[in-house]
Amino acid sequence: MTASTVIEPKKRSETLYFALRNNKLRIGVLVLLFFIVLTFVGPMFTDYEPYQFVSSGAQPPSSEFWFGTTTLGHDVYTQFVLGLSSTFIVGIIGGGLGTLIGIVVGFTAGYRGGVVDELLNILTNIVLVIPALAVLLLIAAYLEVRGIIAESLFIGCLAWPWTARAIRAQTFSLRNRDFVDLARLSGMKARKIIFSEIAPNMMSYLLLAFILQFGGAILTAATLDFIGLGPTEGISLGLMMNNAVLWGALLLKVWWWFVPPGLAITAIVGALYITNVGLDEVFNPKLREM
Amino acid sequence: MGLQVENLTVYYQTLRGSVQALEDATFSIADGEIMGLAGESGCGKSTLSNSLVRLVPPLKLIRGRVILDDQELPVADVERMNAYRFRQLSVVPQYAMNAMNPTRKIGRMTSELLRSKRVDYRAALPEIKRRLDLVKLPQEVLKMYPIELSGGMKQRMVMVLSTLLNPSLLIADEITSALDVSTQKAVAEMLVEFRNREFVKSIIVITHDISILYQIADSIMIMYAGQLAEKASTETIIHSPEHPYTKMLIASLPEVGVRYADTRLTGIPGKPPLLLDPPVGCRFRHRCPVAFEKCVEAPPFLEIAKDHFVACWEVFRKYA
Amino acid sequence: MLKLNNISKTYSVGTFGGQELHAVSSVSFDIQDGEVVSLIGESGSGKSTIGKMILRLISINSGSIELDGVDISVAKGQALKEYYRRVQGVFQDPFSSYNPVFKADRVFSTIREEFYPGVKKREWNHKVENSLKSVGLNPEQVLNKYPHQLSGGQLQRFLIARALLLDIKFLVADEIISMLDASTRIDVLNLLADLKSRGLSILFITHDLSLAYYISERAVILYRGCIAEMGVTEKIYNNPLHPYTRMLMASVPRLDRKWEEVDVELKGQHAALGKGCVYYNRCSLPAKDEECIRQRPPLIEVTPDHFVACHKL
Repeated sequence: MTASTVIEPKKRSETLYFALRNNKLRIGVLVLLFFIVLTFVGPMFTDYEPYQFVSSGAQPPSSEFWFGTTTLGHDVYTQFVLGLSSTFIVGIIGGGLGTLIGIVVGFTAGYRGGVVDELLNILTNIVLVIPALAVLLLIAAYLEVRGIIAESLFIGCLAWPWTARAIRAQTFSLRNRDFVDLARLSGMKARKIIFSEIAPNMMSYLLLAFILQFGGAILTAATLDFIGLGPTEGISLGLMMNNAVLWGALLLKVWWWFVPPGLAITAIVGALYITNVGLDEVFNPKLREM
Repeated sequence: MGLQVENLTVYYQTLRGSVQALEDATFSIADGEIMGLAGESGCGKSTLSNSLVRLVPPLKLIRGRVILDDQELPVADVERMNAYRFRQLSVVPQYAMNAMNPTRKIGRMTSELLRSKRVDYRAALPEIKRRLDLVKLPQEVLKMYPIELSGGMKQRMVMVLSTLLNPSLLIADEITSALDVSTQKAVAEMLVEFRNREFVKSIIVITHDISILYQIADSIMIMYAGQLAEKASTETIIHSPEHPYTKMLIASLPEVGVRYADTRLTGIPGKPPLLLDPPVGCRFRHRCPVAFEKCVEAPPFLEIAKDHFVACWEVFRKYA
Repeated sequence: MLKLNNISKTYSVGTFGGQELHAVSSVSFDIQDGEVVSLIGESGSGKSTIGKMILRLISINSGSIELDGVDISVAKGQALKEYYRRVQGVFQDPFSSYNPVFKADRVFSTIREEFYPGVKKREWNHKVENSLKSVGLNPEQVLNKYPHQLSGGQLQRFLIARALLLDIKFLVADEIISMLDASTRIDVLNLLADLKSRGLSILFITHDLSLAYYISERAVILYRGCIAEMGVTEKIYNNPLHPYTRMLMASVPRLDRKWEEVDVELKGQHAALGKGCVYYNRCSLPAKDEECIRQRPPLIEVTPDHFVACHKL
C-alpha cells in the first residue's frame, strides 16, 4: 500500500551493494581469506615433517625456525600450517555433515508435519541431550587409531539438531505459502517441491547455518583435541595446544608453542561469527544500516 | 480552522533515487468534515497520512506546510511533533492492536500511554468507561489481553484510545478493510458517531473501498499516482464526477444489481506510472481518453464549483 | 459436474487437542458444467477451506467430492494428477502465488515438466503465447520477468493462463480479485465470465456480495462452516430469507443506497459450536427458541432452487 510497492527492486545487485559495504563482512572475510591462503601457501616454505626432530628443543623464533621449536625439537611453523589445514578439514567435513543432516531432517519434518514431524522431533531432542564427551570417551576406549576424518564425522553427527530445528521452522512457514500449494496443484512430488520451491528461498539461510556449523565444528574439535580425545595421528591446532600443555610449555614459558594455534583458532572462529552477523545484515533488510 | 495542507511534497528515498510519492498536495478540511481519501495502491494516500503523523526516513519532506487549527505543524520534526500527536491529531492504523505488546493488559497499556502524555489514568477512567459503553465494548476489556479481543473489538478499542484527548483531526488508515461486512459497518458508523459527539473535529478516512466512503464521508478526495485528482462532496464524486480518472474508477465498481450478462463493466486500461521517474505533467494522461497537448503541463488543483476541486485541463476547458 | 456430498472438516484445538473446531460441517452442493457458483462468506466461514478441499490441498474428514460421478476425495498419485489436469485453482494473493526467487513464467514450464514432457519447446512456447493472449496479456510484455515486475492483475491473469494450459473443466477462484486495485479487478472478473461462456465451471469464492451478483448464476451463503442459504442468485438477493443473509445484505456498503438503520449485533468472540443453529447467538429473529438450540436446521427448498436453513420461516 505504500510507495515502495511501485518501485521495482533489483534484488541481486542490491544484496551485493550491501555486501560490499558491510564492514563486519569485510573484516570477517579478510581474516578468513588470510588463513585459507596460509593453509595452501604455508607448507611450501617448510621441508620438515610435523613430528620430525629438527633441532634442539625450545628454540625461540628465529630466521631459521620462524615460529621456534617445541620442547621436543619439532618445528612449530610446520605443525602450525599443517594443523591449519586439518582445522579447515574438520570445519568443512564436520560442519558440512552437520548442515546436511540438519537440512534433511529439518526439511522433512517441516514439510511433512504430523507424525513424521513428531518422530523427527523426538530424534532431534535425543541427539541434543547426548553427552558428547561420554560418547567420545567410549569411542576412545574402543578405537585404537582415530583420524581427523573420523573426528569430523563424529562432530557432524552430533551437531545437527540446532540447524534441523531452525530449518524446520523456516520450512513450516514457507510451506503455507500459495506457491507451494500451486506446485502441488501442478502434481509435483514432495521431494521436488522441497528442493525446487522451498530450498531456493532459504539459500541465504542455509549459508548462514553452514557458517555457524563450520565454526562450531572447529571449536568442538579444538576442545576435544586439547583434552586429549582428539585424533591419535596427524596434527591439528588443538593437538598442538594439548602437547604444549603436556610438555610443560606453560611452566617453561615456551609461549611460541601454544600462542600461534590458540590465536589462530580464536581468529578463525571469531571471523566466522563476524561474517555470519555481517551476512545476516546483508540478507535481512531490517538489520541494514542505511 | 480545520486542516490546511499547502503544496505538500514528500519523496520516498530509495537506493535508486527518490520516489515522488506525493506532489504538491493542496487541500483543506473544515471542522466537522469527514473526508474520504481514496485511490489505488501506490497512489500516495498512505504517504499523505504518514506525512501528517510521522514523517520519518525514508520519507523526506521536500516542501509544503501543514496548518491545523491555525497553527503550523512541524511535520518534518518527529520530536516536536510528539507534542501534537495524540493531542491535536491522532491516527488509527490498520493493524494497530497487533503491533501492541501482547503481554500487557489493555488497561495497563492505556495507563502507560496516558502517562507518557502526562494525563492521569484515574482521572480519565470515567470518561474511558463512558466511551467504551458508547462503542458497545464491555468495561472488562480493560482487564483483558489484546489476544482475547476480536478484530472488530480491537479496532473499536484503538478508536477509543486514540480519540481520548479529543484531538482535532483523526486519521483512520484502512481501518475497516480487514473486517467482516457486519463489523465493518459498525466501525464505520462509529467514526460518524465520534464526529457527531465532537470527540474529534474532523476525520480523514483512508480506504480503497469507495462504497464505504459513500456511506459515511461528507467529502471524498481522489488521488492518482501521487497527485490530487479531485475533491468534492460525496454525492458529487459518486454521481457527477468531473476528472476522467474518477469517472472511470466509479464506473468500474460493480454494484449489487449489476450483472455481467446485462451490463459489462470495464476497467481502466494500462497501469499507473512508476513514481521513481514519473511522466511530466498530468500523470494520468497516458491512460486518459481525453488527454490533449496541454496535459504535458501539470494541471493545478482548481475549484471549478463550490467545494469541487479538480486537476484536469480538459475539465478547465469545459468550464472556461 | 462437480458435486460435494456432506463434506466436513474438523480440527482438534485446545492445549491437548481435546476440543473440536468444525471448519466445515456437512456441506453439500453441486456446480453444473459451464456454471459460475459463488461461495459467499465472511472470514472464518470455511469458504477457503472448501475451495482447498476441492483442490485436495486439505483432506476431508467425511463426505465425498465427485467429478462427473467419480469420487476424487481419496485419489492419489497418478489419479490425483489426472484430476489436476481438469481441476485447477487461483488464489487470493498474487504475490504469494509466485516463488520470489524465480521468474514468473516458471509456472508455465512447471506445467510442461509435469504434464506435457513430450511437447517440443517451440510448440510449447506457441501454446503458452496463445494462452497468454486468451487472458488478455501481451506475451512480449510479460514473459521473462520477475513477479515483482508485474502488477497484481497481470499476475492473476498469468495464473489463469497457467490453468488454461491444461484441459481444465473446473476452476476454483479463491478471492482472486480482492487484492487487486479497483480499476483492474473488473477486467479479471470479466475474464472469468468469458471463460464460463467457453464451457468452464467456476467456483467463485468471495466475501463481496456485489461481485458475486455480477458474475454468478447461483450463490451459496456460508456461515461458520454451514450453508445458511443457497440457490439462484437473484432469488437470494431479491428475497433473502435467512436472518444472516438479511444482515449481510443490509450491512454491505453499496453505491446505490445508504445504510439503513439496522441494528447490527456486535458480539465478540463466537461461542463454541453445539448441536444447534450456528447463527443462534447473533440471530435477531424474535421467534428464536429452544428448537434452534437443540437442533441444527436442515436446508429446505422453499421455492424452486432456493434453499434456506432456518427453523423459523
